[in-house]
Amino acid sequence: MKLYQLSVKKIAEMLARREVKAQEVLESVAERISQVEHKIQAFTTLTLEEAQKTAMDIDRRGEITGLAGIPCGIKDNLCTRGVKTTCASKMLENFIPPYDATVVNKLKSDGAVMVGKMNMDEFAMGFSTETSCFYPTHNPWDLARVPGGSSGGSAAAVAAGEVFYALASDTGGSIRQPAAFCGVVGLKPTYGRVSRYGLVAFASSMDQVGPLTRDVTDCALVMNAICGYDHRDSSSREAEVPDYRDFLQTDIKGMKIGFPREYFLDEVEPSVREAVKKALLKYEELGAVVEETSLPHSKYALPVFQIIASAETSSSMARYDGVRYGYRDENAQDIAEMMSNSRGRGLGPEVKRRILLGTHFLSKDSYDAYYLKAMKVRRLIKEDFDRAFEKFDLLVSPAAVSTAFKLGEKTEDLSGVLNIPANLAGIPAMSIPGGVVDGLPVGLQLMGPPLAEGTLLKAAYAFEQGSDYHLRTPILEV
Amino acid sequence: MGLMDKDIEKLAILARINLTPEEKETYAVQFNSILDSTRVLDELPTDVVEPLIYVLPLYNVMRDDEVRPSLSNDEAMANAPLHEEAKFKVPRLI
Amino acid sequence: MTTGKYEAVIGLEVHAELKTNTKAFCSCGLSFGAIPNSHVCPGCLGMPGTMPVLNRELVEYAIKTGLALNCKIAEYCRFDRKNYFYPDLPNGFQISQLDLPICTAGSLEIETQQGKKTIGINRVHMEEDAGKLVHQGNIMTTPYSLADLNRAGTPLLEIVSEPDMRSPQEARMYLEKLRSILLFLGVSDCRMEEGSLRCDANISIRPWGQEKLGTRAEIKNLNSFRALERAAEYEIKRQIEVLEEGGQLVQETRTWDEDRQVTLSMRSKEQAQDYRYFPDPDLTPIIIGQDWIERVRKTLPELPDQARERLIKEYNLPPYDANLLTMSKDVLDFFDGCVAEYKEPKAVANWVMGELTRLLNQNNMEIKDAKISPSSLAQMLKLLEQGTISGKIAKVVFEEMFATGESPDKIVKDRGLVQISDESAIKAIVEEVITGNPKVVEDFKNGKGKALGFLVGQVMKISKGKANPEMVNQLLKEELSRR
Repeated sequence: MKLYQLSVKKIAEMLARREVKAQEVLESVAERISQVEHKIQAFTTLTLEEAQKTAMDIDRRGEITGLAGIPCGIKDNLCTRGVKTTCASKMLENFIPPYDATVVNKLKSDGAVMVGKMNMDEFAMGFSTETSCFYPTHNPWDLARVPGGSSGGSAAAVAAGEVFYALASDTGGSIRQPAAFCGVVGLKPTYGRVSRYGLVAFASSMDQVGPLTRDVTDCALVMNAICGYDHRDSSSREAEVPDYRDFLQTDIKGMKIGFPREYFLDEVEPSVREAVKKALLKYEELGAVVEETSLPHSKYALPVFQIIASAETSSSMARYDGVRYGYRDENAQDIAEMMSNSRGRGLGPEVKRRILLGTHFLSKDSYDAYYLKAMKVRRLIKEDFDRAFEKFDLLVSPAAVSTAFKLGEKTEDLSGVLNIPANLAGIPAMSIPGGVVDGLPVGLQLMGPPLAEGTLLKAAYAFEQGSDYHLRTPILEV
Repeated sequence: MGLMDKDIEKLAILARINLTPEEKETYAVQFNSILDSTRVLDELPTDVVEPLIYVLPLYNVMRDDEVRPSLSNDEAMANAPLHEEAKFKVPRLI
Repeated sequence: MTTGKYEAVIGLEVHAELKTNTKAFCSCGLSFGAIPNSHVCPGCLGMPGTMPVLNRELVEYAIKTGLALNCKIAEYCRFDRKNYFYPDLPNGFQISQLDLPICTAGSLEIETQQGKKTIGINRVHMEEDAGKLVHQGNIMTTPYSLADLNRAGTPLLEIVSEPDMRSPQEARMYLEKLRSILLFLGVSDCRMEEGSLRCDANISIRPWGQEKLGTRAEIKNLNSFRALERAAEYEIKRQIEVLEEGGQLVQETRTWDEDRQVTLSMRSKEQAQDYRYFPDPDLTPIIIGQDWIERVRKTLPELPDQARERLIKEYNLPPYDANLLTMSKDVLDFFDGCVAEYKEPKAVANWVMGELTRLLNQNNMEIKDAKISPSSLAQMLKLLEQGTISGKIAKVVFEEMFATGESPDKIVKDRGLVQISDESAIKAIVEEVITGNPKVVEDFKNGKGKALGFLVGQVMKISKGKANPEMVNQLLKEELSRR
C-alpha cells in the first residue's frame, strides 16, 4: 500500500504518532497526481508549492491533530484567498478572491494541506463536469466515462488517490451523483449546517457544502471540521455540532428505513434498481425494519427545481457584469453593450440558458404561474418528507439512475429526480458505495430529517462494515 | 403559448446577455420544451398552499452595528479589468 | 400659483440615508468624501460567494421612524431583490422591500395657511443605496464613467407619501416637516445638497371635483426644498398647458433641470423596466413583536410637534418663533441649551433666529459646525442684562464669539469692551462734546430734536461705543438744560 491509498483516519493516526511526515504524505500524493492527472483532469489549479510550505509547517508542530497535514482538494467554486477561483468559467478564469470561504478557513486553521482546486461544471450547472470551460474530467473507473457532476473533479480525484478528501457543493445532487459514479462517499448536509459563505452561489436556497471521502469514517472526520454556525451566513444554524465519530456504530437494530416507491420507477436502470434492493436486504439482515413508503409529490421535484434554481440563478449571476472583476469585452462602446457582450461571451451555454429561463420565470407576467407556483409545490414536497420522517428514521434510494455514462452521451440530468427533493426540502442526504454493475460503482442514497447527519452516518457505517464496496479502488495504468 | 424569438430577445436584453442568432434559435426550442415540462405542475391544486419561501425556521438574523476593516483600495481594484483614479472604469452609459 | 379649473395632486417619495455606523448588509463603515473605493469589502463589491447580514440598527431606525410617523409596524416583513443592471449596483440587484414593508399607514401634520392638514404616509421600507458614478463632463457626451462604491450598501429608508398634497407649497411643507422629524430622531443627516435626503415627486392634475387621479409624471433630481417647489410649479403649469392645448399627458419620468428651471422627459428607448422582484433567499424574515416596538418607543426623543407645543406653552413664544426653532433638532438643542442658563426665552429666541441665523446663512454653515456654544450666548446675554456691555457692543461680541468660539467674558476683557457706567467718566466726555459743538448745542436749544441724537452719537464715538447709552442720554440732557 502506498501512502496516497490510505484513509484520512489512517494518515491522521500515522501523523499523530510521527510514523510519517506530512511532507512524505504530500510527496506520495504529488507523485500520484503526476502519474494520473493527465488522464483524469480533476484539477483546474494545482497549488503544490503552497501545499509544500504548509506540510513543512505541520511537520514542525509539536502536536498533530485532526485534519492537519492531510492533502485535500477544494471544488473551484469555494473561494480561496490568493488562489484563483474560476468556477470553471471563462468569466472567472483569472479571478483571485481576497478572502477565504468559511469552510476553507476552517480547514486552513486545522492545518489541512490544499493541493489544488477541483474541476466542475461551469458555476456548478451540469451533471457530468463536461460544461467546464477548461476540459472534462474523466472517471477513474473508466476513462471513457464521466465522473458525474457538478463536483466531478472532486469525486474523481478522491477515487483516483489524488487527494484524500475534497470539499464540494450540492444544489441538486452535485455531491451525491458524482460520489455514486466514482464509488466514493458524498454527503450533502442539512441546509444551514455548513456555512455557505464563500461558496459561489448557484441557487442560494438550496446550495450546501459537503465532503467527498473514500469511506464513511473519513466523512465523519471532515464533517467534524466543517460544520457549525457562521455569523457571515444568515442561513447558518446555531444547532450544536455533535462529534460525528460517535455515530460510527454497526448496531442499527430496530432502525426504521423507508424506501419511497417513486424512487424505484422505470427511469432507474434495472441493474441499479436490483443492486439497491440487494442493499435494502442487507439492511434487513443488519436488523433494520425496512418498509416501502411513498413521497407522492416527488414527480414534481424536477420542474420545481428548474423554476426555483433558474430564478435564483438569474439574480445571483447578475454580478458578473465585467465592471469590478471577471471577463470583459474591452471594445464595447457603451455600458449596456459591454455588459451584454461580457456576459454573452464569458458565460457558457448551460449557464446562459438558466439565467434566461430564470429571467423569464421572475418576469411580471410569469411570476405567479411559475415562480409562486413552484414555491407552493416546494412546500408539498417538503411536507411529504415531514410525514415520512414521522414514521422512518431514514429513507433509502438509488443515488443515481444509472452507473457512470460515457462522455458526450447524455444531455439531460436523469438522476436529478432522485437527488433534487432533498435540496428542495433542505434535508441531509448522502451517497455511499452500494453495489457494482459491470465493474462500475452503484450509489446508495440515504436521506434523513433535518440535522440527522449522525443517523445517516450510522446507517452508512453499518452498511459499509458489512460490505466491501468501499475497499475497491479503480485500477489506473500508470 | 410558447416563447418566440422576440421573447428570447427581450429576455436577453433584460438579462444583459448578447446572444448569437444560433443561440437564440437553440434556446427557443429548449425553452419551449422546458416550459412544457413544467405544465405538470398545473394539475396540482395549490390555492390554499402557502409558498415555501424559507426552508429554515430562522428569523431576525442580524448583526451588531460595529465597523470591521474594509479592503484597501488596491485590494478592491486587484481584479478590475480597468480602473482609474481609484475607481472602476466603464464605458459611457448611453 | 393659480391652477384655474385644475387641481394639482402631489405625492413624494423620499430616500433618507441613515447614519448608522456600518452599511446595511456588511460591516464596512459609512463614508462621505473618503478616498474612492476605500470603504468596500468583498460583500459590498458584489464578489462571488459573499452573503448579506442585516444590520440590526437599520431595523431599529426604521421602527423608530415608523413610530414617529404614526405608522403601523409590520409584525412580519422581509427583504426582496430588485433586479437591474447598472455599473454602480455591484450585485446586479438591490436589496429592498416590495410587498411586505416594515411600516405602513402613517401620517404627519403640516401647518398650511388654512390650518392644520394631515398628509398620509403610504409606507416606509428599508433598502440599500447604490454607489456613485463620476462622469467626465456631460453624461451624454462623456467617453467613459468611473464607479466609486463607497456608498454602495448604505442603509436607506424610502418614505412614500399618499398623493395628499395639493400645491407646491404643501409639498415643500411636507418635506420640511419630514426632514425635521428625521433630524429630531437622529436617524439621518438629511443633507439634501449632499444627497443624504433625496426626493422624487409624483405630480398630476385633475379637474376640480374629479376623484380619479390624472396621468402622473415622476420628477427626479430635486435636491433642495426650492428645487421641489419650483419643479412642482413648473410641472403643474406644463401639464395644464398640455391639456389646455388639447394634448394628452403620458406617464413618464422627468428630471428637473436646475440651470434652465424646467422639467425634461427621461424617456429611454428601452421598454419598461421589469425588476423581477423576489424574496432574497440569503436573508431571514424579520418578525417584530410588541415588546420590540415598545422598547424602541421608549427611546423616541421629543418630536417637532411636541417641541413646538412646549415652546408655546412653557416659554410663551409666538407660534412663528416656535415653528422656526423646531425646524431642526440642532437649532432647538442650541435654544434649549441657552435657555437652561439664561431664563429669558424670548430674548434667546431673538438672538437665535436673528444674529445666529444671519451669520450661519452668511457663512453657509450648519449650527452644529459653528464654534459658538449655547452657554456662551447665555453668558453674553447676562452681560447685556447686567449692563456690562451695550446692545450695540453685544453684536460685536457675538460676531467675535461666532468667529472664534471665545467666551464673551474674554472677548469683552481682551478688547476692552466693558460698558462705561462711571458717571464722572461719561460726564467728562459729555462736557467735551458740548464744548466742541456749540452750533449743534444752539440747534438743540432752538428745538431741533435731531441735534440730541447727533450729540449722543458723538459721545458714543469718543467712548468707542462703550458708554452706557441710557446714562449718556440722561447726562447730556442734564448738562444741556444747565447751559
